[in-house]
Amino acid sequence: MSSAPGHLMRPSASSSPCLRTPSQTAGPFVSLGTEWLTDAGMVSESDPSAIIVFGSVVDGDERPVTDAMLEFWQTGAAGASLAGSPQSCSGLARALCGPDGGYRVVTVKPAALPGPAGQLQAPHIDVSIFARGLLQRLVTRIYFSDEEANEADPVLVGLEGPDLRNRLVAQRSNADDLGSAKGAPRYHFDVHLQGDRETVFFGPW
Amino acid sequence: MTGAEAIPGSPSVLDPPYDYPGYNSTRLRAPKMGLRPMPPGSADKGGPVFGDGLVVAEDHDLTLGHTGEPVGQRIIVTGRLSDSAGRPVRRQLVEIWQANAAGRYRHDMDRHPAPLDPNFTGVGRCLTDDDGHYRFVTVQPGAYPWKNHYNAWRPAHIHFSVFGTSFVDRLITQMYFPGDPLLALDPIYQSIGDRRAAELLVAKFDMATTVESWALGYVFDIVVGGAGPTPADS
Repeated sequence: MSSAPGHLMRPSASSSPCLRTPSQTAGPFVSLGTEWLTDAGMVSESDPSAIIVFGSVVDGDERPVTDAMLEFWQTGAAGASLAGSPQSCSGLARALCGPDGGYRVVTVKPAALPGPAGQLQAPHIDVSIFARGLLQRLVTRIYFSDEEANEADPVLVGLEGPDLRNRLVAQRSNADDLGSAKGAPRYHFDVHLQGDRETVFFGPW
Repeated sequence: MTGAEAIPGSPSVLDPPYDYPGYNSTRLRAPKMGLRPMPPGSADKGGPVFGDGLVVAEDHDLTLGHTGEPVGQRIIVTGRLSDSAGRPVRRQLVEIWQANAAGRYRHDMDRHPAPLDPNFTGVGRCLTDDDGHYRFVTVQPGAYPWKNHYNAWRPAHIHFSVFGTSFVDRLITQMYFPGDPLLALDPIYQSIGDRRAAELLVAKFDMATTVESWALGYVFDIVVGGAGPTPADS
Protein backbone atom coordinates (compact mmCIF):
# COMPACT_ATOMS: atom_id res chain seq x y z
CA MET A 1 0.00 0.00 0.00
CA SER A 2 2.93 2.27 0.61
CA SER A 3 3.49 3.60 -2.88
CA ALA A 4 -0.15 4.05 -3.90
CA PRO A 5 -0.98 7.54 -5.12
CA GLY A 6 -2.94 9.54 -2.63
CA HIS A 7 -6.06 9.88 -4.71
CA LEU A 8 -6.48 6.12 -4.87
CA MET A 9 -6.44 5.85 -1.11
CA ARG A 10 -9.01 8.50 -0.38
CA PRO A 11 -11.38 7.14 2.24
CA SER A 12 -15.09 7.49 1.71
CA ALA A 13 -16.51 9.87 4.26
CA SER A 14 -19.72 7.92 4.69
CA SER A 15 -18.44 4.35 4.89
CA SER A 16 -18.18 2.31 8.05
CA PRO A 17 -15.02 0.42 7.25
CA CYS A 18 -15.43 -2.49 9.63
CA LEU A 19 -19.15 -3.16 9.44
CA ARG A 20 -20.04 -5.39 6.54
CA THR A 21 -23.10 -4.62 4.45
CA PRO A 22 -25.70 -7.25 5.34
CA SER A 23 -27.30 -9.59 2.86
CA GLN A 24 -30.89 -9.48 1.63
CA THR A 25 -32.82 -11.91 -0.51
CA ALA A 26 -32.31 -11.73 -4.26
CA GLY A 27 -36.10 -11.96 -4.52
CA PRO A 28 -38.35 -13.63 -7.09
CA PHE A 29 -37.13 -11.52 -9.98
CA VAL A 30 -33.41 -12.21 -9.68
CA SER A 31 -33.39 -13.38 -13.29
CA LEU A 32 -34.23 -9.85 -14.44
CA GLY A 33 -30.89 -8.51 -13.29
CA THR A 34 -28.65 -11.54 -13.68
CA GLU A 35 -29.74 -13.44 -16.78
CA TRP A 36 -27.51 -11.45 -19.11
CA LEU A 37 -24.40 -13.14 -17.69
CA THR A 38 -25.64 -16.71 -18.05
CA ASP A 39 -24.26 -16.87 -21.57
CA ALA A 40 -20.84 -15.49 -20.64
CA GLY A 41 -19.43 -18.71 -19.25
CA MET A 42 -15.90 -19.87 -19.58
CA VAL A 43 -16.23 -22.31 -22.45
CA SER A 44 -18.59 -23.21 -25.22
CA GLU A 45 -20.24 -26.60 -25.25
CA SER A 46 -18.15 -27.66 -28.23
CA ASP A 47 -14.89 -27.03 -26.38
CA PRO A 48 -13.06 -30.34 -25.80
CA SER A 49 -12.66 -29.51 -22.11
CA ALA A 50 -16.34 -28.65 -21.62
CA ILE A 51 -18.53 -30.51 -19.16
CA ILE A 52 -22.20 -30.04 -18.43
CA VAL A 53 -23.52 -29.93 -14.89
CA PHE A 54 -27.28 -30.19 -14.61
CA GLY A 55 -29.96 -30.90 -12.03
CA SER A 56 -32.82 -29.41 -10.09
CA VAL A 57 -33.32 -27.32 -7.00
CA VAL A 58 -36.22 -28.43 -4.78
CA ASP A 59 -37.70 -27.06 -1.56
CA GLY A 60 -38.80 -28.77 1.65
CA ASP A 61 -41.94 -30.10 -0.04
CA GLU A 62 -39.85 -31.48 -2.92
CA ARG A 63 -41.40 -28.85 -5.14
CA PRO A 64 -39.23 -27.27 -7.83
CA VAL A 65 -37.63 -23.96 -6.99
CA THR A 66 -38.30 -22.05 -10.16
CA ASP A 67 -36.70 -18.74 -9.23
CA ALA A 68 -33.18 -19.61 -8.06
CA MET A 69 -29.93 -18.33 -9.51
CA LEU A 70 -26.82 -20.48 -9.16
CA GLU A 71 -23.21 -19.42 -9.50
CA PHE A 72 -20.31 -21.79 -10.00
CA TRP A 73 -16.83 -20.62 -8.91
CA GLN A 74 -13.80 -22.63 -9.81
CA THR A 75 -10.30 -22.88 -11.07
CA GLY A 76 -9.58 -24.12 -14.56
CA ALA A 77 -8.93 -27.59 -15.79
CA ALA A 78 -5.42 -28.87 -15.34
CA GLY A 79 -3.26 -26.94 -17.76
CA ALA A 80 -6.18 -25.03 -19.19
CA SER A 81 -6.39 -21.29 -19.31
CA LEU A 82 -9.49 -19.56 -18.06
CA ALA A 83 -8.78 -16.44 -20.06
CA GLY A 84 -11.92 -15.66 -21.96
CA SER A 85 -12.99 -13.28 -24.68
CA PRO A 86 -13.69 -9.63 -23.88
CA GLN A 87 -17.38 -10.51 -23.66
CA SER A 88 -16.86 -13.33 -21.20
CA CYS A 89 -16.03 -13.70 -17.57
CA SER A 90 -13.61 -16.31 -16.31
CA GLY A 91 -13.77 -18.28 -13.10
CA LEU A 92 -17.56 -17.93 -12.88
CA ALA A 93 -20.52 -19.55 -14.57
CA ARG A 94 -24.11 -18.59 -13.79
CA ALA A 95 -27.35 -20.49 -14.34
CA LEU A 96 -31.04 -19.84 -13.69
CA CYS A 97 -33.60 -22.43 -12.70
CA GLY A 98 -36.42 -22.92 -15.17
CA PRO A 99 -40.14 -23.54 -14.58
CA ASP A 100 -39.33 -27.15 -13.62
CA GLY A 101 -36.62 -26.13 -11.15
CA GLY A 102 -33.97 -27.40 -13.53
CA TYR A 103 -30.66 -25.78 -14.27
CA ARG A 104 -27.86 -26.54 -16.68
CA VAL A 105 -24.40 -25.02 -16.91
CA VAL A 106 -21.48 -25.54 -19.27
CA THR A 107 -18.08 -25.32 -17.64
CA VAL A 108 -14.78 -27.19 -17.36
CA LYS A 109 -13.86 -29.76 -14.77
CA PRO A 110 -11.43 -28.00 -12.44
CA ALA A 111 -8.04 -29.30 -11.43
CA ALA A 112 -7.29 -30.76 -8.02
CA LEU A 113 -6.17 -28.10 -5.56
CA PRO A 114 -3.67 -28.11 -2.75
CA GLY A 115 -5.43 -28.01 0.61
CA PRO A 116 -4.25 -27.52 4.16
CA ALA A 117 -1.31 -29.55 5.45
CA GLY A 118 -0.34 -30.61 1.97
CA GLN A 119 -3.52 -32.58 1.37
CA LEU A 120 -4.85 -32.52 -2.14
CA GLN A 121 -8.46 -31.42 -2.56
CA ALA A 122 -10.35 -33.35 -5.19
CA PRO A 123 -11.64 -31.36 -8.17
CA HIS A 124 -14.70 -29.42 -7.11
CA ILE A 125 -16.79 -26.34 -7.82
CA ASP A 126 -17.95 -23.91 -5.15
CA VAL A 127 -21.61 -23.07 -5.65
CA SER A 128 -23.67 -20.12 -4.43
CA ILE A 129 -27.47 -20.30 -4.53
CA PHE A 130 -29.62 -17.17 -4.46
CA ALA A 131 -33.43 -17.11 -4.42
CA ARG A 132 -36.59 -15.72 -2.95
CA GLY A 133 -36.79 -17.01 0.60
CA LEU A 134 -33.02 -17.09 1.04
CA LEU A 135 -32.06 -14.06 3.10
CA GLN A 136 -28.43 -14.98 2.44
CA ARG A 137 -26.97 -17.10 -0.30
CA LEU A 138 -26.47 -20.80 0.34
CA VAL A 139 -23.03 -22.25 -0.36
CA THR A 140 -22.33 -25.84 -1.32
CA ARG A 141 -19.74 -27.81 -3.29
CA ILE A 142 -19.92 -30.08 -6.27
CA TYR A 143 -17.50 -33.00 -6.54
CA PHE A 144 -17.42 -35.47 -9.42
CA SER A 145 -18.28 -39.17 -9.20
CA ASP A 146 -15.45 -40.26 -11.51
CA GLU A 147 -12.64 -38.80 -9.40
CA GLU A 148 -10.59 -41.18 -7.28
CA ALA A 149 -9.25 -38.18 -5.38
CA ASN A 150 -12.64 -37.95 -3.65
CA GLU A 151 -11.54 -40.79 -1.35
CA ALA A 152 -8.93 -38.60 0.30
CA ASP A 153 -10.58 -35.21 0.00
CA PRO A 154 -10.51 -33.52 3.42
CA VAL A 155 -14.01 -32.07 3.12
CA LEU A 156 -15.65 -35.30 1.99
CA VAL A 157 -13.74 -37.38 4.52
CA GLY A 158 -14.86 -34.98 7.24
CA LEU A 159 -18.53 -35.78 6.66
CA GLU A 160 -20.12 -38.56 8.67
CA GLY A 161 -20.75 -41.43 6.34
CA PRO A 162 -21.21 -42.09 2.65
CA ASP A 163 -24.75 -40.75 2.51
CA LEU A 164 -23.73 -37.21 3.40
CA ARG A 165 -20.66 -37.44 1.19
CA ASN A 166 -22.71 -38.53 -1.78
CA ARG A 167 -24.89 -35.46 -1.47
CA LEU A 168 -21.92 -33.40 -2.61
CA VAL A 169 -20.97 -35.66 -5.51
CA ALA A 170 -22.36 -35.03 -8.99
CA GLN A 171 -23.05 -38.33 -10.73
CA ARG A 172 -21.59 -38.88 -14.16
CA SER A 173 -24.54 -39.48 -16.43
CA ASN A 174 -23.51 -42.48 -18.50
CA ALA A 175 -26.73 -42.81 -20.43
CA ASP A 176 -26.10 -39.55 -22.17
CA ASP A 177 -22.68 -40.64 -23.37
CA LEU A 178 -24.23 -43.36 -25.53
CA GLY A 179 -25.64 -40.89 -28.00
CA SER A 180 -24.25 -40.81 -31.49
CA ALA A 181 -22.63 -37.43 -31.04
CA LYS A 182 -19.62 -37.34 -28.79
CA GLY A 183 -21.08 -34.80 -26.41
CA ALA A 184 -19.54 -33.16 -23.41
CA PRO A 185 -19.56 -35.31 -20.25
CA ARG A 186 -22.65 -34.68 -18.16
CA TYR A 187 -22.90 -34.63 -14.38
CA HIS A 188 -26.12 -34.67 -12.39
CA PHE A 189 -26.32 -32.64 -9.18
CA ASP A 190 -29.61 -31.88 -7.41
CA VAL A 191 -29.94 -29.36 -4.61
CA HIS A 192 -32.37 -30.15 -1.79
CA LEU A 193 -32.92 -27.09 0.37
CA GLN A 194 -34.56 -29.19 3.10
CA GLY A 195 -35.73 -32.74 3.80
CA ASP A 196 -34.25 -36.21 4.15
CA ARG A 197 -31.74 -35.51 1.42
CA GLU A 198 -30.92 -31.93 2.40
CA THR A 199 -27.80 -30.77 0.62
CA VAL A 200 -24.72 -30.13 2.72
CA PHE A 201 -24.32 -26.37 2.98
CA PHE A 202 -21.34 -24.42 4.26
CA GLY A 203 -20.92 -21.23 6.24
CA PRO A 204 -20.82 -18.78 7.77
CA TRP A 205 -17.88 -16.96 6.34
CA MET B 1 -26.02 -32.47 14.62
CA THR B 2 -26.24 -28.91 15.78
CA GLY B 3 -26.24 -26.01 13.40
CA ALA B 4 -23.11 -23.96 13.17
CA GLU B 5 -24.08 -20.72 14.83
CA ALA B 6 -22.47 -17.48 13.81
CA ILE B 7 -19.60 -16.65 16.08
CA PRO B 8 -20.38 -13.46 17.99
CA GLY B 9 -18.35 -10.66 16.50
CA SER B 10 -17.82 -12.35 13.18
CA PRO B 11 -18.99 -10.46 10.11
CA SER B 12 -21.73 -12.97 9.43
CA VAL B 13 -23.54 -12.18 12.65
CA LEU B 14 -24.83 -9.09 10.87
CA ASP B 15 -26.53 -11.08 8.14
CA PRO B 16 -30.14 -12.15 8.49
CA PRO B 17 -30.88 -15.76 9.47
CA TYR B 18 -32.03 -18.32 6.92
CA ASP B 19 -35.04 -19.23 9.00
CA TYR B 20 -37.09 -16.08 9.66
CA PRO B 21 -40.78 -16.84 10.35
CA GLY B 22 -41.92 -13.33 9.45
CA TYR B 23 -40.82 -13.96 5.87
CA ASN B 24 -43.01 -16.85 4.70
CA SER B 25 -40.80 -17.93 1.82
CA THR B 26 -38.09 -19.00 4.25
CA ARG B 27 -40.30 -21.79 5.61
CA LEU B 28 -39.62 -24.37 2.91
CA ARG B 29 -36.27 -22.99 1.79
CA ALA B 30 -34.19 -22.42 4.91
CA PRO B 31 -31.86 -25.39 5.48
CA LYS B 32 -32.60 -27.36 8.65
CA MET B 33 -29.41 -29.39 9.11
CA GLY B 34 -27.20 -26.50 10.11
CA LEU B 35 -24.19 -25.31 8.21
CA ARG B 36 -20.81 -26.99 8.00
CA PRO B 37 -17.71 -24.88 8.45
CA MET B 38 -16.48 -23.38 5.21
CA PRO B 39 -14.07 -25.79 3.55
CA PRO B 40 -10.45 -24.75 3.58
CA GLY B 41 -9.58 -23.13 0.33
CA SER B 42 -13.01 -21.75 -0.50
CA ALA B 43 -12.26 -18.49 1.25
CA ASP B 44 -9.11 -18.11 -0.80
CA LYS B 45 -10.79 -18.42 -4.16
CA GLY B 46 -10.46 -15.21 -6.05
CA GLY B 47 -13.24 -13.35 -7.75
CA PRO B 48 -14.07 -13.83 -11.39
CA VAL B 49 -12.29 -11.81 -14.02
CA PHE B 50 -14.59 -9.82 -16.25
CA GLY B 51 -13.63 -9.07 -19.83
CA ASP B 52 -13.29 -5.44 -20.82
CA GLY B 53 -16.14 -5.78 -23.30
CA LEU B 54 -18.60 -7.39 -20.93
CA VAL B 55 -19.98 -4.12 -19.58
CA VAL B 56 -20.28 -0.97 -21.67
CA ALA B 57 -20.59 2.58 -20.38
CA GLU B 58 -24.29 2.93 -21.25
CA ASP B 59 -25.14 0.01 -18.98
CA HIS B 60 -24.94 2.25 -15.91
CA ASP B 61 -27.80 4.50 -17.10
CA LEU B 62 -31.19 2.80 -16.80
CA THR B 63 -32.93 5.77 -18.41
CA LEU B 64 -31.25 5.05 -21.75
CA GLY B 65 -31.83 2.40 -24.37
CA HIS B 66 -35.49 3.05 -25.12
CA THR B 67 -37.29 5.37 -27.48
CA GLY B 68 -38.18 7.81 -24.72
CA GLU B 69 -37.43 8.61 -21.12
CA PRO B 70 -38.95 6.55 -18.31
CA VAL B 71 -41.62 8.00 -16.06
CA GLY B 72 -40.56 8.86 -12.54
CA GLN B 73 -38.22 10.85 -10.38
CA ARG B 74 -34.76 10.70 -11.98
CA ILE B 75 -32.09 9.76 -9.42
CA ILE B 76 -28.37 9.12 -9.28
CA VAL B 77 -27.19 6.29 -7.03
CA THR B 78 -23.47 6.19 -6.36
CA GLY B 79 -21.15 4.79 -3.74
CA ARG B 80 -17.98 2.99 -2.97
CA LEU B 81 -17.37 -0.75 -2.82
CA SER B 82 -14.71 -1.63 -0.28
CA ASP B 83 -13.52 -4.49 1.90
CA SER B 84 -13.91 -4.48 5.65
CA ALA B 85 -10.52 -2.79 6.00
CA GLY B 86 -11.73 0.09 3.85
CA ARG B 87 -9.67 -0.85 0.81
CA PRO B 88 -11.37 -0.26 -2.55
CA VAL B 89 -12.67 -3.21 -4.53
CA ARG B 90 -11.48 -2.30 -8.00
CA ARG B 91 -12.79 -3.20 -11.44
CA GLN B 92 -15.44 -5.54 -10.10
CA LEU B 93 -18.98 -6.01 -11.26
CA VAL B 94 -21.97 -4.22 -9.72
CA GLU B 95 -25.41 -5.25 -11.02
CA ILE B 96 -28.75 -3.70 -10.12
CA TRP B 97 -32.39 -4.45 -10.89
CA GLN B 98 -35.54 -2.73 -9.71
CA ALA B 99 -39.24 -2.02 -10.18
CA ASN B 100 -40.33 0.98 -12.22
CA ALA B 101 -41.78 4.15 -10.75
CA ALA B 102 -45.19 2.48 -10.41
CA GLY B 103 -43.78 -0.47 -8.46
CA ARG B 104 -43.85 -3.00 -11.31
CA TYR B 105 -40.99 -5.22 -12.47
CA ARG B 106 -40.50 -6.07 -16.10
CA HIS B 107 -40.76 -9.76 -15.29
CA ASP B 108 -43.30 -12.39 -16.37
CA MET B 109 -43.99 -13.40 -12.81
CA ASP B 110 -44.81 -9.92 -11.53
CA ARG B 111 -48.62 -9.79 -11.40
CA HIS B 112 -48.99 -6.45 -9.64
CA PRO B 113 -51.61 -4.54 -11.65
CA ALA B 114 -49.51 -1.41 -12.00
CA PRO B 115 -48.44 -0.18 -15.43
CA LEU B 116 -45.30 -1.29 -17.16
CA ASP B 117 -43.23 1.55 -18.56
CA PRO B 118 -42.24 0.97 -22.20
CA ASN B 119 -39.19 3.13 -21.55
CA PHE B 120 -37.89 1.29 -18.53
CA THR B 121 -36.41 -2.20 -18.14
CA GLY B 122 -34.95 -1.69 -14.67
CA VAL B 123 -31.60 -3.43 -15.18
CA GLY B 124 -28.15 -1.86 -14.95
CA ARG B 125 -24.53 -2.78 -14.39
CA CYS B 126 -21.09 -1.26 -14.20
CA LEU B 127 -17.57 -2.00 -13.07
CA THR B 128 -16.14 -0.14 -10.09
CA ASP B 129 -13.33 2.29 -10.84
CA ASP B 130 -9.86 2.21 -9.33
CA ASP B 131 -11.18 3.85 -6.18
CA GLY B 132 -14.01 1.34 -5.81
CA HIS B 133 -16.68 3.78 -6.92
CA TYR B 134 -19.74 2.96 -8.98
CA ARG B 135 -22.51 5.21 -10.31
CA PHE B 136 -25.99 4.56 -11.74
CA VAL B 137 -28.63 6.83 -13.23
CA THR B 138 -32.17 5.53 -12.85
CA VAL B 139 -35.63 6.48 -11.58
CA GLN B 140 -36.98 6.17 -8.07
CA PRO B 141 -38.64 2.74 -7.82
CA GLY B 142 -42.15 2.49 -6.43
CA ALA B 143 -43.27 0.46 -3.45
CA TYR B 144 -45.38 -2.59 -4.31
CA PRO B 145 -47.67 -5.06 -2.57
CA TRP B 146 -46.71 -8.68 -1.99
CA LYS B 147 -48.48 -11.71 -0.60
CA ASN B 148 -46.45 -12.28 2.56
CA HIS B 149 -49.24 -11.09 4.87
CA TYR B 150 -52.35 -8.93 4.76
CA ASN B 151 -51.68 -5.48 3.25
CA ALA B 152 -47.97 -6.20 2.91
CA TRP B 153 -45.95 -3.67 0.93
CA ARG B 154 -42.28 -3.81 0.10
CA PRO B 155 -40.49 -0.53 0.74
CA ALA B 156 -39.01 1.00 -2.40
CA HIS B 157 -35.68 -0.71 -3.05
CA ILE B 158 -33.00 -1.46 -5.61
CA HIS B 159 -31.44 -4.93 -5.73
CA PHE B 160 -27.63 -4.84 -5.70
CA SER B 161 -25.32 -7.70 -6.66
CA VAL B 162 -21.62 -7.17 -6.04
CA PHE B 163 -18.40 -9.14 -6.35
CA GLY B 164 -15.39 -8.55 -4.16
CA THR B 165 -11.92 -9.98 -4.36
CA SER B 166 -12.73 -13.48 -3.11
CA PHE B 167 -15.50 -16.03 -2.83
CA VAL B 168 -16.40 -14.91 0.70
CA ASP B 169 -17.09 -11.38 -0.55
CA ARG B 170 -19.95 -12.32 -2.87
CA LEU B 171 -23.04 -10.36 -1.85
CA ILE B 172 -26.57 -9.74 -3.06
CA THR B 173 -28.50 -7.20 -1.04
CA GLN B 174 -31.08 -4.41 -1.35
CA MET B 175 -30.73 -0.64 -1.09
CA TYR B 176 -33.54 1.30 0.55
CA PHE B 177 -34.45 4.99 0.68
CA PRO B 178 -34.23 7.24 3.73
CA GLY B 179 -37.37 8.06 5.67
CA ASP B 180 -39.47 5.25 4.21
CA PRO B 181 -42.23 4.36 6.71
CA LEU B 182 -42.53 0.86 5.19
CA LEU B 183 -39.08 -0.14 6.49
CA ALA B 184 -40.44 -0.59 10.00
CA LEU B 185 -43.09 -2.98 8.67
CA ASP B 186 -41.01 -4.99 6.21
CA PRO B 187 -39.96 -8.47 7.40
CA ILE B 188 -37.17 -8.70 4.85
CA TYR B 189 -35.55 -5.51 6.12
CA GLN B 190 -36.38 -6.33 9.73
CA SER B 191 -34.77 -9.77 9.42
CA ILE B 192 -31.46 -8.04 10.08
CA GLY B 193 -31.33 -8.10 13.85
CA ASP B 194 -28.57 -5.55 14.27
CA ARG B 195 -30.02 -2.04 13.80
CA ARG B 196 -26.67 -0.51 12.86
CA ALA B 197 -26.22 -3.14 10.18
CA ALA B 198 -29.75 -2.66 8.86
CA GLU B 199 -29.22 1.07 8.58
CA LEU B 200 -26.29 0.41 6.25
CA LEU B 201 -28.86 -0.62 3.65
CA VAL B 202 -30.54 2.79 3.68
CA ALA B 203 -28.95 5.14 1.16
CA LYS B 204 -28.16 8.69 2.19
CA PHE B 205 -29.68 11.58 0.33
CA ASP B 206 -26.73 13.67 -0.86
CA MET B 207 -26.79 17.21 -2.23
CA ALA B 208 -23.24 16.84 -3.55
CA THR B 209 -24.48 14.00 -5.77
CA THR B 210 -27.69 15.77 -6.69
CA VAL B 211 -27.42 17.52 -10.07
CA GLU B 212 -28.95 20.97 -10.49
CA SER B 213 -32.18 20.91 -12.52
CA TRP B 214 -31.76 17.23 -13.36
CA ALA B 215 -31.64 14.47 -10.72
CA LEU B 216 -31.65 13.76 -6.97
CA GLY B 217 -28.55 12.05 -5.61
CA TYR B 218 -28.18 9.16 -3.19
CA VAL B 219 -25.02 7.60 -1.76
CA PHE B 220 -24.93 3.88 -0.98
CA ASP B 221 -21.57 2.50 0.13
CA ILE B 222 -21.06 -1.26 0.26
CA VAL B 223 -18.59 -3.13 2.46
CA VAL B 224 -17.89 -6.77 1.65
CA GLY B 225 -15.83 -9.54 3.04
CA GLY B 226 -14.65 -11.31 6.06
CA ALA B 227 -11.05 -12.27 6.33
CA GLY B 228 -10.42 -12.99 2.68
CA PRO B 229 -7.21 -11.87 1.05
CA THR B 230 -7.09 -8.62 -0.82
CA PRO B 231 -4.81 -7.91 -3.72
CA ALA B 232 -1.93 -5.64 -2.95
CA ASP B 233 -2.64 -2.05 -3.84
CA SER B 234 -0.69 -1.12 -6.90
